[in-house]
Amino acid sequence: MFKVKYFEVIRTSAVIVIALAIAFLIISLVSDQPVKTIGIFLWEPISTKGHIGNVIEMAIPLMFTGLAVSLLFRANMFNLGAEGIFYFSGVVTSVLAIHLTLNNWLHPLVAILAGSLVGALLSAIPGILKAKWNANELVTSLMFNNILFGVGLYLLNYHLRDAKAFANVSFKFEKTAQLDKIFQGTRIHTGLIIVLVLIVAAHLFLYKTKWGYELRMTGVNREFARYSGMRTAKVIILVHLIAGFIAGMGGSVEVLGMYNRFQWASLPGYGLDGALVAMLAKNNPLSVIASALFLAYIRIGADLMSRLSDVPSEMISIIQAVIILLISAEQFLKFWKNRMLLKEAKEA
Amino acid sequence: MNSLLNVILTTDFAFSVLRVTTPILFAALGALISNRAGIINIGMEGIMLVSALAGVIISAYTQSAWVGLLGAVLAGTMVAGILAFFTLKFKTHIILGGVAINMFASGGTVFLLYLLSGDKGSSTSLASKVLPSVDIPLLKDIPVLGPILSGHHILTYFSILSVIVVYYLLNRTPIGLRIRSVGENPHAAQSVGVSVVKIQYTALLLSGFFAGLGGAYMSMGYLSLFTRDMIAGRGWIAIAAESMGRGTTVGTALTSLLFGAADALSNALQVLNIPAELIATLPYVATVVGLVIYAVSETRKKNRKLKSPLAK
Repeated sequence: MFKVKYFEVIRTSAVIVIALAIAFLIISLVSDQPVKTIGIFLWEPISTKGHIGNVIEMAIPLMFTGLAVSLLFRANMFNLGAEGIFYFSGVVTSVLAIHLTLNNWLHPLVAILAGSLVGALLSAIPGILKAKWNANELVTSLMFNNILFGVGLYLLNYHLRDAKAFANVSFKFEKTAQLDKIFQGTRIHTGLIIVLVLIVAAHLFLYKTKWGYELRMTGVNREFARYSGMRTAKVIILVHLIAGFIAGMGGSVEVLGMYNRFQWASLPGYGLDGALVAMLAKNNPLSVIASALFLAYIRIGADLMSRLSDVPSEMISIIQAVIILLISAEQFLKFWKNRMLLKEAKEA
Repeated sequence: MNSLLNVILTTDFAFSVLRVTTPILFAALGALISNRAGIINIGMEGIMLVSALAGVIISAYTQSAWVGLLGAVLAGTMVAGILAFFTLKFKTHIILGGVAINMFASGGTVFLLYLLSGDKGSSTSLASKVLPSVDIPLLKDIPVLGPILSGHHILTYFSILSVIVVYYLLNRTPIGLRIRSVGENPHAAQSVGVSVVKIQYTALLLSGFFAGLGGAYMSMGYLSLFTRDMIAGRGWIAIAAESMGRGTTVGTALTSLLFGAADALSNALQVLNIPAELIATLPYVATVVGLVIYAVSETRKKNRKLKSPLAK
């Protein structure tokens, strides 16, 4: 019944089941009405059209950063800079959304492209440092998150802030800049189409082009790729550029799709969640769709649960940590895989 | 520029450098031990956060700062133990494992804080205790040096003491020798009968112990309460300090001091007319610059080695 080739699917499912079981356990421990609370957590996100809309809205930025991070992980780059780039590109886009006057089509296009290009350039810095001098991209990218956040917050507070709004928010975007909603009764916006196209493009790039092949080989073994004639330094910089472009576009699309002012006074967290999405998707672009939807589902579930019951939504970060630990655990269920291999070998 | 110098050239500033270096130094020493055993503990940030909360909770319930400190250190060691179990037993990727620990800590601490105090922001409603500051007799009466070196938090002195302890541990004890040999070449260490896994467990637990001290200092010394995400990147700066310190105890201590100075500077500069948001990025900029200088010099050294005829 179980075949080795399905092993990864079974393993991922097992991890999700364990994580949900732990979620139930925590809920049972802290809630006065555990059964009702679990019910809210599981069913509420898919109970109404509006809530399903919420799940899909939240999945859009997760798909962007998940895609960006999976390309980096594919190249064996442990870069978590999508976080800061997502934020900063959002700021850049907001500047253009506030100050430009263009028509309905051109305005979002220009604003999003500017955000994406800035993202690509910023992402290139840790890439170049890694490719040229082997500077640890994990640490540099995390430091860049804090630097970009500081600069972005400065721009918001000193140059974009609407003093009349009584909150730490920017001036309103021009109506022309905002993205259109595509489903009645939800806030799902054209960003969904953009990210789906991007995911398919990334799939084709990764599996059907020479550059994609070089990227994958560099990820498997940089030394080997270098000795077989690939210019790995170029590959590393390229993947950083692409990932920064995608993460930046994510931030730009998110501000224009979901808000009418820029209002992030802290890093929104989609970059680190992107790492989780990428891992659940095994760094496959197409699987990013499903894993982003899953993560959005449990997060909306946790949000609704904290509003409708006595369990705080931060529970979900414990669940996310369990998922990461088990998904990346090579030995987890390995004994079972070995037994399946043995059985199949005997049958053959 | 003059006002800048006026800020820096004071005993207050030098005092505050030591004050803000303390958590970075503790965590950097922890990172040093695990790195020397060949394991990069990316979870420093999360471990410190958990310890900071544990110190507050336990001191509030026992009404003893010292029991709180013990609890904080135990909590830090325990979280490091979980990370060690997953990376060494289940072969979880060490960096992803660390990311998971950080994610667990940033949400898990808020979760627990809310359950215990009904507040998601800070632990103001918990009557937690603070560890004492100490004046050092004789030293405190010396001009200039006295105001800089005396009157610090007890854990600040302990962090300086820890530099000596870690130096001694790594360089003069059998366990230190084993840690270093496992980090240099695990196969060679294995072949002479050293249990690599056991040593790596020990090193990770020790790194959790020191990160725990750093976390306890944050909530029971630097501040007198827990606030969400209060470690604010210090764990990462510590990792950067360790890698800039080139794996030596003294180097790690000195780079920690350097980052502490950058941090103190960013605090001190807030009195000047420079936007606080930009100044807050200073320690991170310093970290990137430091890492790049280190990486460039390492690459040059490697290239020189490759080019020299002796290498063949």
